[in-house]
Amino acid sequence: MSGVIEIILIFLILANLILLGASRLRNAIRIVAWQGLVLGLMPLLAHRDGLVWAAILLGAGSAGIKGFVFPALLNRALRETQASREIEPFVGYVLSLLAGVGVLALSVWFGSRLPLPWPPASNLLVPAGMFTVWTGLFLIVTRRKAITQVLGYVVLENGIFTLGMVLVEAMPLLVELGVLLDIFVAVFVMGIIVFNINREFDHIDSDQLAALKEGGP
Amino acid sequence: MNAASSLHPVLALLLAPLLPGVINRIKALFGGRRGPPLLQLYFDLWKLFRKGAVYSRTTTWVFRAGPLVNFACLVAALALLPLGRVAAPVSFAGDLVLLAYLLGLGRFATVAAALDTGSSFEGMGASREVQFAVFAEPALLAGLAALAHATQSLSLSGMYAAWPAATLPVLALLGAGLFILFLAENCRMPVDDPNTHLELTMIHEVMVLDHGGVDFGFVLWGSALKLWVLGALLAGLLPPPATGHPLADLAVGAGWLLALAAATGAVESVMARVRLLRVPQLLVGAGVLCALGLLLTFR
Repeated sequence: MSGVIEIILIFLILANLILLGASRLRNAIRIVAWQGLVLGLMPLLAHRDGLVWAAILLGAGSAGIKGFVFPALLNRALRETQASREIEPFVGYVLSLLAGVGVLALSVWFGSRLPLPWPPASNLLVPAGMFTVWTGLFLIVTRRKAITQVLGYVVLENGIFTLGMVLVEAMPLLVELGVLLDIFVAVFVMGIIVFNINREFDHIDSDQLAALKEGGP
Repeated sequence: MNAASSLHPVLALLLAPLLPGVINRIKALFGGRRGPPLLQLYFDLWKLFRKGAVYSRTTTWVFRAGPLVNFACLVAALALLPLGRVAAPVSFAGDLVLLAYLLGLGRFATVAAALDTGSSFEGMGASREVQFAVFAEPALLAGLAALAHATQSLSLSGMYAAWPAATLPVLALLGAGLFILFLAENCRMPVDDPNTHLELTMIHEVMVLDHGGVDFGFVLWGSALKLWVLGALLAGLLPPPATGHPLADLAVGAGWLLALAAATGAVESVMARVRLLRVPQLLVGAGVLCALGLLLTFR
């Protein structure tokens, strides 16, 4: 079991690194979708009692929403805005990758020091989850296109979901489903906002929204 | 040290020119052509070694030393290099660093010779070669460091002596990273096109444009040896564990090298070259894979 978990977590880390270096939005959406799908397996594997209804429900719900609903929403937004790639991120791709490795090392160090109520399913669980959270934040902060920022938000949730696997027996199902619902509504709303920003301003460069403030020349 | 260990450098010197032949045959197969004979590089070497060399009056001893120093470095690297489960003739703690620096010294000699000609095109090729080396060398060292940490051994022969010494995911990451590095260092497809004849886009080929005759023979043989050296670093990551018969291990290692050459030919047939600006990103990716492997061994 822990071997499979380990492979999933390594996949998660590699997907994060690809996201940090990828410029095509369609590819980025696909990678995040795969991340969500594969993470759907985690509750089943990490739960100590094996196949429990709560774990199955959680896994299926999360995989369904992140693997199918989000990509469909985002692809629709992408089609309507006709943006195909991130043009000039605030931090370049090579630098993003190097920053990713640095943050990964930091996460591994931090994961080895974090006191946990009980040993997690895999030693890699906490570092991988933390790294995914940081990757999501990094994407939100350093990319210009609104769609990439939404993707960063979903990646951030993937990280929180992975960290939640440490407490999979203790965390009530309702909490997890609540988080999932929050994210769902957020992405739904953001998909619509992206569309509206685009209709109003002919682009989705969020940093140019700063020019909207009043009292300009 | 046994018979197989001392046999390996000799075998490498003799068989290395076969690897480019295999690559070219596979590429021809994908292209639906018959392709050059498997032994083409041997014929080329035989032809070149019977020729004299012509030297431009602007060049100095640096230019003449280039191919020889590069070749000598690679032969010295062969002495440190285990192939598969076969230990190297010479091994001591820390020889992985010496291997990396022998490759670096060979590269320096080639680059210095290219700059010595005063040709602007060769200067461009030299500049690219060292620019990519800046990204490739940390990746190689990170990969070797990961192996050293996983096996708790500081010599190359010790690192490759057993399999699977490291856990499987680590080996897979290192294998992927080293394969990208293998393609980049040998100027194969996603990074450089060995068949190109447009000076503006060449990297390795442009640096050796002014070499002729015997010198060019050593350049060609040297690049075949470099395929062998970096390929052996990769082949050691692959199964099977030691069989107990050194000669059988040696045969398995050589077989993996031929398979690697075939894989290189396949990659070259199906992939286009990436833009020059994207090459550093590819190499940083290789470095990231190796660094990730290193991090995974720290748990």
